Amino acid sequence: MMRSRQIKEILIRYVFFLLAFISIAILAMILFFLVREGVPVFDEVSVKNFFLGKYWYPTADPPDFGILPLILASLMVTGISAAISIPLGVMTAIYLAEIATPRVKEVAKPMVEMLASLPSVVIGFFGMVVVAPFLQDVFEIPTGLNLLNASLMLAFMSVPTITTISEDAIASVAPELKEASLALGATHWESIIRVIMPASLSGVSTGIILGMSRAIGETMVVLMVAGGAAMIPGSVFDPCRPMPASIAAEMAEAPFRSEHYYALFAIGLVLFIFTLMFNFIADYISHKHRQVGAATL
Amino acid sequence: MKKKTIGAILKTGVILALVVCFATVAWAEKLSIKGSTTVLPIAQKAAEEFMKIYPDINVSVSGGGSGNGIKAIIDGTTDIADSSRFIKQKEVAMSVENGVYPVPFAVARDCIVPVVHPSNHIDDLSLKQLRKIYQGKIRNWEAVGGPDLEIVAISRDTSSGTYEVWEDIVMEGARVYPGALLQASNGAVAQAVAKNKYAIGYIGLSYLNKELKALTVDGEAASIENAIAYPVSRELFMFTKGWPTGKTMKFINYVLHPNKGQKIVSEVGYVPLY
Repeated sequence: MMRSRQIKEILIRYVFFLLAFISIAILAMILFFLVREGVPVFDEVSVKNFFLGKYWYPTADPPDFGILPLILASLMVTGISAAISIPLGVMTAIYLAEIATPRVKEVAKPMVEMLASLPSVVIGFFGMVVVAPFLQDVFEIPTGLNLLNASLMLAFMSVPTITTISEDAIASVAPELKEASLALGATHWESIIRVIMPASLSGVSTGIILGMSRAIGETMVVLMVAGGAAMIPGSVFDPCRPMPASIAAEMAEAPFRSEHYYALFAIGLVLFIFTLMFNFIADYISHKHRQVGAATL
Repeated sequence: MKKKTIGAILKTGVILALVVCFATVAWAEKLSIKGSTTVLPIAQKAAEEFMKIYPDINVSVSGGGSGNGIKAIIDGTTDIADSSRFIKQKEVAMSVENGVYPVPFAVARDCIVPVVHPSNHIDDLSLKQLRKIYQGKIRNWEAVGGPDLEIVAISRDTSSGTYEVWEDIVMEGARVYPGALLQASNGAVAQAVAKNKYAIGYIGLSYLNKELKALTVDGEAASIENAIAYPVSRELFMFTKGWPTGKTMKFINYVLHPNKGQKIVSEVGYVPLY
């Protein structure tokens, strides 16, 4: 009896190890594949021309493989969407965790989370059919498929991530901190800003970074609403072409193992490095500002 | 109780899977077709009709783009590749290396039509005007006799077959300027032009609809009847691994038959060849 229980224990341990190992192995294989298919592009084009080249004409003769417009488009779209989604997401989280009555919270929180379950193609379609003509009319610009539209749609998508994680972080701040602050005569607002927010900073920052990394990697939305012009955007009303959109639009038709194919994988590698960086930053912040106990603050 | 239900579901699942496996093995030869989304409507419809005549051949059709279709021929993972362009020199070399000799069959002709918003009163543009618009040299509709509005040129992603035809025939090798909007499909271009009075785009003949105004090019209208005279048109291909035999030959024969496959070609909006 005793023995069979031990065997079971060992078996279970190995099964779990195997499963964990499989997911890591798959990640490693994907990375290996990305590098193998991406790096050969540097036989055709120098590293400098690849990253700083201003023209993306992969099928022209001779081709140009400059991805600077694509990188800038990705960064600008992510930056502007962060400028919209961070205040919106964090403030929603504060409201839900601190101000809303339990009944309101019960309804509002699932609704915000539902926003996360909207398929990105639906958001993209909404941006294309509703938001684009609206922007065009309001600002009297030639096209509504532009950087601003893409940023707005991406902000929609990252708000639920930011809100959910921030709300959890804010709600898990030890109640004695808040009570102590209120007991010392601080108002509710002062307690939120001076005590609760600093205490939940690590969780909130993690939420923000994860929200942003979702925005930079998002493909369908930017493919549909960013306009797709591979130029360095001069204003928020210019069409642009973020990296994922380029990969998605061109991969299907790129001849197998051609320079174009390698270049698209190299873009994928760049994108992977970007999101990896976001994740490292999130990890770093959540460790650095981890709240160890109420007494340390 | 719960365990039993799960067990039962599992058993039924396994039995069903086995039945399906045996059924396909026993019943049908498989013919797989893959490639260009432009040729997809033809392949799809032809496959449906073909299977009615030859119920023992199971045809599976998928898209993925011309490049992917030809890649599948090179790898030997498909029987027929749809392509909206001719095979490239490099791809021929690669397939010969793999011991595969791709054979092209032109199955239809497709016209690519410049379209504008219905409120635009322009009717005709010359090839030269189109080229200048897409080069970014003409930026206002006034320059070609239209309203005083900025032109928003909408192009296709550079690796699509449609773009390649446009690049060959209209651009004559000149580059589309970087500020042109790029959309990833015929449908997306149609959608974007229909919603924007500043816009011009180009799409396959079969994607024309009431929300778009088709322009004539050098005075020639794009239509099934006028396909030879119309300047911006291309042939659509199916590639086979070597000279087709057996089921592949049956299918190609079906597609090229004037009363069968070629009828389907005109039904889905392309121009029949035979």
